[in-house]
Amino acid sequence: MNITHRTLSSAYRLINTSCIRNLSYSQCIMASSRHTNSKRIEGLDKNVWVAFTSVAADPTIVNLGQGYPDIPPPAYVKEGLANAAAVDKLNQYTRGFGHPSLVKALSQVYGKVYGHQIDPFKEILVTVGGYGSLFSTMQALVEVGDEVIIIEPFFDCYVPMVRMAGATPVLIPLRLRSNKKTSSISSADWVLDPEELASKFTSKTKAIIINTPNNPIGKIFTKDELQTISDLCIKHDTLCISDEVYEWLIYKGHQHIKIATLPGMWDRTITISSAGKTFSVTGWKLGWSIGPEHLIKHLQTVMQNTLYTCATPLQEAVAQGLMRDYELMGRPECYFTSLAVELEGKRDRMAAILQDVGMSPIIPEGGYFMCVDVTPLNQDLSHMGDDEPYDYKFVKWMIKEKKLAAIPVTAFCGDASKKQFEKYIRLCFIKQDSTLDAAEGILKNWNK
Amino acid sequence: MSRQLHARRIEGVDKNIWVDFTQLAADYQVVNLGQGFPDFSPPSYIQEAFCKAVNGGCSMHQYTRAFGHPPLVSILAKFFGRVVGHEIDAFEDILVTVGAYQALFCTFQALVDEDDEVIIVEPFFDCYQPMVKMAGGKGVYVPLRPVSMEGGKALTSADWVLSSEELASKFNPRTKAIVINTPNNPLGKVYKREELQVIADLCIKHDVVCISDEVYEWLTYDGAKHVKIASLPGMWERTVTIGSGGKSFSATGWKVGWAIGAGPIVKHLKTVHQNSVYHCATAAQEAVAQGFQREYELFGTPDSYFLQLPEMLHHKRKKLATCLESVGLQPVLPEGGYFMIADISSLSEYVDLNDPSTQDEPHDYRFVKWLIKEKGLATIPVSAFYSPEHRKDFENYIRFCFVKEDSTLNAAEDILRKWSDGK
Repeated sequence: MNITHRTLSSAYRLINTSCIRNLSYSQCIMASSRHTNSKRIEGLDKNVWVAFTSVAADPTIVNLGQGYPDIPPPAYVKEGLANAAAVDKLNQYTRGFGHPSLVKALSQVYGKVYGHQIDPFKEILVTVGGYGSLFSTMQALVEVGDEVIIIEPFFDCYVPMVRMAGATPVLIPLRLRSNKKTSSISSADWVLDPEELASKFTSKTKAIIINTPNNPIGKIFTKDELQTISDLCIKHDTLCISDEVYEWLIYKGHQHIKIATLPGMWDRTITISSAGKTFSVTGWKLGWSIGPEHLIKHLQTVMQNTLYTCATPLQEAVAQGLMRDYELMGRPECYFTSLAVELEGKRDRMAAILQDVGMSPIIPEGGYFMCVDVTPLNQDLSHMGDDEPYDYKFVKWMIKEKKLAAIPVTAFCGDASKKQFEKYIRLCFIKQDSTLDAAEGILKNWNK
Repeated sequence: MSRQLHARRIEGVDKNIWVDFTQLAADYQVVNLGQGFPDFSPPSYIQEAFCKAVNGGCSMHQYTRAFGHPPLVSILAKFFGRVVGHEIDAFEDILVTVGAYQALFCTFQALVDEDDEVIIVEPFFDCYQPMVKMAGGKGVYVPLRPVSMEGGKALTSADWVLSSEELASKFNPRTKAIVINTPNNPLGKVYKREELQVIADLCIKHDVVCISDEVYEWLTYDGAKHVKIASLPGMWERTVTIGSGGKSFSATGWKVGWAIGAGPIVKHLKTVHQNSVYHCATAAQEAVAQGFQREYELFGTPDSYFLQLPEMLHHKRKKLATCLESVGLQPVLPEGGYFMIADISSLSEYVDLNDPSTQDEPHDYRFVKWLIKEKGLATIPVSAFYSPEHRKDFENYIRFCFVKEDSTLNAAEDILRKWSDGK
């Protein structure tokens, strides 16, 4: 054993003795160089949410930042959980890959949506949120030497997850159609350049990640756009990871299409969904991956070696909720429909608030976020220095000076695209009317 | 697709004993002393706490702090700070996870690199081996061995010990960590302070991290004392201690666990967590927080669940041990935990192991499957808790879970008696 270790060890003993006398243990730790992080997480410790969500704890701040409702979940969903927790055996471990009543309910709901039978035990994996499904997919199917195509702006975890799996993210931005005037922009006006997209596929491309409806922009990929992507997946024999957590939040005039239903795509696609987003219960952290057995089995292997099983009473409650809404599918009383109707009103209200103060929001076709270019507010932030993109500075300034929280959109893109997105901020509108009223008040009084 | 689909990191970790055996237990009508979960209810106060959380405000159903719900980490810091005798920082030194299982995963992923060695004491909770493998590490195994007593077999888990020389020989410059589990699953061993000191001395000498899985920390019997290795001198800064709400409150289906350790190490676990699941369910964390608040106030008093549960299990453990002895199985009386192992050697001649579907499996696997199919009693083969290298030396034990209603234990007793009488 070398001298450094011996010295460190005696140093520990010395420090330890003084610790007992004076300081808290953690305060006087000298971390050994051997107890540093593994290579796989090198550089992955920073995170936009850690930076901005502690802000949300301050009740004086109007929080349109992190994406969660401040409206209550439907009563029957909460009751389902209270009922489940009262049953003894539902407080103990259930089946690792998904509680039987839940995977059966999922099989029914999605069997109807996909138009073909889905095997509850072999073609579904229940995970800790949509996040957990993304992780299981990445760990199961992506590795060192692979490339994964990610469309900007993207839900921020895709890049660190790809990197943690040892692979290289290859980014391609959505771009605003050049013939659009600045008034009345929709998320549909943000499109991929098909040639640019084709150029990103190489022999190393393992997968492409798509998110529809997209967070943060709210774009819903059209059938043609999905067909372009599918053609490339098939041509290059790549996988498709389709993050569809906002699948039910579709506004009038638009349709959510599952890329897995396009010809040749079922066998190469993992589709990810979220109970949290479906039932307005983000704090339940349940999601699922649906796909062909030959892919899902690898996600199941990851699951059995990472957290093994998800919480039982929560799964039972989601199963109950799904069956109730399955019976009502297509009817206005179905929560999948009624929530979208409720949110469309809030979307339109949010858009009007922003337009009234001279801004041009990107009207989302789906999801619960709206991005807006803040240039018209003409906020001079040169006093804040140059080491961050404008939107980060703007959001920090706005939180402090205006008590309104949002999320900077460059958190959702790579370095090369920062200039393209740095005037945009993201606002979450799945909020009570009183929250939206308060936001309106702040924006109306901006220059006072 | 023509290319290899799965990532290499999951090669060799696809088999899983729980997936196989819980399916089997479900397929046959069995009295289930296999998988480790109670078949009685959690204490009513904890169920009430969960209901209260569910009916609480909106925020109970939305995201909470990613590294742990503030009321939970605060009470854990307070509770365990009192147990170890020094301040624990709620926000720096604790990570809440989806069960202790995920805490183990975060720890291995955070600290183990390709070719690092991790010492694992056998028999071990089976997930340690595939988790080390998935992190690219190499498992180095050192078995607890039954010390033969004069005139008889090793009768309690205290008789299973590590050889200090053998243990020391496993440490080398590539050793990144050692994993210990006390009370141990499946054996039930509760490491004594002196035994932990031997391990601690080696950890300090070789600058190795200690991963201490203490999910059964409240379940000790016959005066055995649970000692936290992190409380030994020089160990706080190099130990990750893992705990479980599921095991503490008999609610394994809630999946709330935690890792407690020095901030500089826990921060790496947090990085893994924020890039894998990010948040844990809010309501379950709130309920566990309430549970710990109550236990903090009642600690050491007869109303503490952490005293009542081991008292209740003490009697069940004795009952099962007596029953096993009476039918010719030789139990190893556990000092702690949920499980008891028993030597099946003397019964093997009475068991027809000619089932062709289990031909290539270890002896204890075949015995357990026979017992499920022919006698309707589920247990778990102990060689599943050994490394491939040492499995063949420990094919004569099966594991029973005694954290069951008396009616379940009685039903198991009936099955075994009938079998014994019919021999």
